[in-house]
Amino acid sequence: MLAKRIIPCLDVKEGRVVKGTHFLDLRDAGDPVELAKLYNRDGADELVFLDITASPEGRGTLSRLVRSVATELDIPFTVGGGIRTQEDVRDVLRNGADKTSLNTAAVEHPELITEISDVFGAQCTVVAIDARRRFEEREDRITVQTPQGPCWFEVYTYGGRKATGMDALEWAARAEELGAGELLVTSMDRDGTKRGFDNLLYGAMSRIVGVPVVASGGAGEPRHFLEAFTEGKADAALAASVFHYGNYPVPVVKEYLRSQGVEVRK
Amino acid sequence: MTSVAVLDYGVGNLFSMSNALRRAGLEVKVTGDPEEIGSADAIVLPGVGNFGPASVKLLPFAEPIRRALEEDVPMLGSCLGMQLLFERSEESPEVGLGLLKGWVRRFQGEFKVPHMGWNTIEAARESPLLEGIPDGEYFYFVHSYYPEPAEGDVTLALTDYGGGFTSIVESGPLYGTQFHPEKSGRAGAMLLSNFAGIVRGRRG
Repeated sequence: MLAKRIIPCLDVKEGRVVKGTHFLDLRDAGDPVELAKLYNRDGADELVFLDITASPEGRGTLSRLVRSVATELDIPFTVGGGIRTQEDVRDVLRNGADKTSLNTAAVEHPELITEISDVFGAQCTVVAIDARRRFEEREDRITVQTPQGPCWFEVYTYGGRKATGMDALEWAARAEELGAGELLVTSMDRDGTKRGFDNLLYGAMSRIVGVPVVASGGAGEPRHFLEAFTEGKADAALAASVFHYGNYPVPVVKEYLRSQGVEVRK
Repeated sequence: MTSVAVLDYGVGNLFSMSNALRRAGLEVKVTGDPEEIGSADAIVLPGVGNFGPASVKLLPFAEPIRRALEEDVPMLGSCLGMQLLFERSEESPEVGLGLLKGWVRRFQGEFKVPHMGWNTIEAARESPLLEGIPDGEYFYFVHSYYPEPAEGDVTLALTDYGGGFTSIVESGPLYGTQFHPEKSGRAGAMLLSNFAGIVRGRRG
């Protein structure tokens, strides 16, 4: 049986790993190469590297740093942030990435998803979606009931700076149709809060799409990962600060999941 | 030093495979020149993507590969590189290398396709390739098609995804893994190190 995946995420700014809350108030979390080594050794199932300065400031991804990180890994490696063209994808793959994640560029040019998927394969084409709850009822949006009332999920681009008005659930389905092989979905409401994943978002998404969904945003303790898999029906759960600051290392989270009957890689 | 030719036929990412083979103690020569196969101690055929275009790009390598195998040079195909060892695929009408008899089939059923992530293997028999790798060990898979050997005795290990499929093959000096050993953590490193051992053993 397929194991559930635990994925540490390196948000990289100016060569350092940083972590914020609700995408703001960034603080330093260490050296990307050192953290990559640690997670590889600790039994992480994959690693995600997001160049979070790339999109807003229009810079390319940091090829050399990507290469240094990739050299340390013998697990799958996804690189995102500022990827806008086929050439950008080729560059990160040449430097050791296995998958690339598209976010802002995919929203602005959805045909890019198909292009990348056709050239490099769906297995390499991750669409990252940053979503935030909007508490209003609209007939033209997929609405979810929450304890705080009905809401839909709005897509944000440019590292959470720009609201698009798009429905994240509809966008997820469309991204799959266009050729995405996986969706990395971050809840901006939960990002950095350690309150747990937004499982209403992932649960709704799992009913709509057929490709694997990676839940991201809000992990604070091992129980949250369990909930992402049971309530959120996610295929993988991604986290940053809970791993970076050593609160719950990857082996501790995996041991807990195993004790709860979740299949994870040893 | 024992050298391995990693075939660069324009399909997929050679970075991790080369990196992993170096860690396994082999000297890596990434080559797009079919003539260079003759001088290598082993051949590795990586690959991701579509069977059709890949099999066309692989055509110039077919004869040199056949000659090397006749001389018992060990060869390892991974993922699409394993599928290309077979005759035909449901993915496209082009033919594979035909070094193994059988078809590559598409997954059909009430489960997610591609089969993507970490899954376990069960050995069908013993082999030096699997030394020190127990049943139930996890490897990293990303694929929508799987090989169905026409001759069952080439199956070295099985994996369960909506039913069992052949995840490792062995036929003389020829090996193939449907998973990516270069992305499979310690277990993958062990398998590649076993392959390196096979190569060195043959070379004396």
